[in-house]
Amino acid sequence: MSRITELFKRKSSKVLNVYCTAGFPRLDSTLEVMKALQDNGADLIELGMPYSDPLADGPVIQASSTVALSNGMTLATLFGQLARMRESIGVPVLLMGYMNPVLQYGFERFCADAAAAGVDGLILPDLPIYEFETEYGPVMRKCGLDFVFLVTPETSPERIRQVDGLSSGFLYAVSSSSTTGKDKDMGEQEAYFARLQQMQLKNPVLVGFGIRDRGTFEAACRHANGAIIGTAYIRALEGGADVGAATKKFLSGILGPAEASGAAKKSAI
Amino acid sequence: MIKERVSTSPDERGYYGKFGGAFIPEMLYPNVEELRRRYLEIMHEAAFQMEYRDLLRDYVGRPSPLYLAGRLSAKYNTRIYLKREDLNHTGAHKINNTIGQILLAQRLGKRRIIAETGAGQHGVATATVCALKGIECIVYMGEKDIERQAPNVARMKMLGAKVVPATSGSKTLKDATNEAIRDWINNPVDTHYIIGSVVGPHPYPDLVARFQSVISEETRAQLKEKTGSELPTHVIACVGGGSNAAGAFYHFLEEGEVELIAVEAAGHGIHSGMSAATTQLGKPGILHGSRSYVMQTEDGQVVEPHSISAGLDYPGIGPLHAYLFDSGRATFLSATDDEAVAAAFELTRLEGIIPALESAHAVAALDQLQLNEQDTVVLCLSGRGDKDMATYMRVMEGGNI
Ligand SMILES: Cc1ncc(COP(=O)(O)O)c(C=O)c1O
Repeated sequence: MSRITELFKRKSSKVLNVYCTAGFPRLDSTLEVMKALQDNGADLIELGMPYSDPLADGPVIQASSTVALSNGMTLATLFGQLARMRESIGVPVLLMGYMNPVLQYGFERFCADAAAAGVDGLILPDLPIYEFETEYGPVMRKCGLDFVFLVTPETSPERIRQVDGLSSGFLYAVSSSSTTGKDKDMGEQEAYFARLQQMQLKNPVLVGFGIRDRGTFEAACRHANGAIIGTAYIRALEGGADVGAATKKFLSGILGPAEASGAAKKSAI
Repeated sequence: MIKERVSTSPDERGYYGKFGGAFIPEMLYPNVEELRRRYLEIMHEAAFQMEYRDLLRDYVGRPSPLYLAGRLSAKYNTRIYLKREDLNHTGAHKINNTIGQILLAQRLGKRRIIAETGAGQHGVATATVCALKGIECIVYMGEKDIERQAPNVARMKMLGAKVVPATSGSKTLKDATNEAIRDWINNPVDTHYIIGSVVGPHPYPDLVARFQSVISEETRAQLKEKTGSELPTHVIACVGGGSNAAGAFYHFLEEGEVELIAVEAAGHGIHSGMSAATTQLGKPGILHGSRSYVMQTEDGQVVEPHSISAGLDYPGIGPLHAYLFDSGRATFLSATDDEAVAAAFELTRLEGIIPALESAHAVAALDQLQLNEQDTVVLCLSGRGDKDMATYMRVMEGGNI
């Protein structure tokens, strides 16, 4: 059973997945950020591989990618950093990014290196279903990597069923048809989450895009197994904030002080 | 007008050989899928065809003339016909596509149009058809290009478009395209994205090629009238994303004896680090939703190209051209900034035609061909030089380009 599936077996509500950009804020802060997230209550980590033209991301995450790239982050550097990841990181880790850099690295080599580093799954928003099924999915499966598809409020029920069938780990429900970082009214979105809930999908559902505080996190968790936070956390790291302190403050704002510090104690044992 | 031609069209997933496809995030899927499902059916409607043809004739001024350039021909000891897209309303071929797409958008019930632009030609052509139809228009343009192309920015504003600066990344055409795509993601229901070249996810490359194919359709008929044969020996066109070239090649693609010559922008020289010659410098990759040649670093980061002509300053190329390059059906040449400028002055002095800098690249390629008096060359003069007068004036003043 994959680390991700195991997590959802253990915990099926209020699962918190936090996105961070590899090489941001500093080239060598990748593991420090991941550790801080784990210690302060993140159940999963989505590690962004910076790209020059991240179509599905909003300006805040794109700016963090630009910083990471100018810090010198590359996939080769990233896999170097992740080589010893599993010595300190116990939570599941997904790599999120775009097809072009991955193809340049070589898709098979990429999957092999990710699996060797202890990465559990991939999110590649610009990989279409057909190419996944015919070309790339089998390579991921061979390496034991989960793959997570996205769905939006405009995705038809048939298509939701289709990508649910193809996804493993969880399904990524985009909370509004927007690039990350756009604030939209959660209330508007809840009907959509409820629809997903009623579909009784094979995979757990995490709601992403637009989650920024305790209120939006809890609203998302009412109809889904948890949520994904990206832009709001990247904002918290901007401007040279101390990674540990900023992460602690940010996650206790999302989870409440008790849960966040409880997590810290647990992982300290 | 738009004939079905099997081998010029991509397969049902939008592939030309191994290039093309629709590598898009799920957030774009409903928009792109709606377009994919409906574009052919709408384009084949008699009422659509009638309105499209009428506008091309009465509003754009088509057919554009096929002009036998006598003094230019004499210089190269051959027969050179210029396909005068520069005489179209708004000054370039871009409007063939925007007319078609605005009619398509109307039939899809869209009330808001977005577009990207580099030099501003496609932005002006889009703003023009939006004014014509009374539809809201938003044009994304790199912050740097807004500074470089002030007259076209003013034209778009006068036409009622909102020009939004793209401030991310390198602040040029590729970033304007990213911003337009993001806008589309955020407005999935009421908005149509009028892309300006044969790039982007399927069905855009095919859609735009079909609208531009009027260029070669007319050329065949005009050649027949002037020479007795529908077929030239050579067709030459410049390539940014590749829409004027796609249109100029389209109805000759299956005529193996017609040499197709695509001219890319070499900038300061192919290996100068300041170039936009995508087939020479790029590797297969994915940019703006399709698999094609992409100029990129070893790590797969898209690099910023350079060309004196903003319309050729793009790090990718349409998937059809990637296929034509790979298969050898078309020959890819390049012209440097200096060669293009020299060619622009030469054409101006020989024929009294001031070309756009983009089109001047195609003219510059004449020097690289072995032509003789038996040949019939069609050169797609994609646009006029009004927008480039600031550059030409600097040259005349003896300054640096
Ligand atoms: C006059 C002219 N020619 C050519 C181009 C390049 O575009 P494409 O390669 O799509 O024809 C442009 C783009 O702005 C243009 O304005």
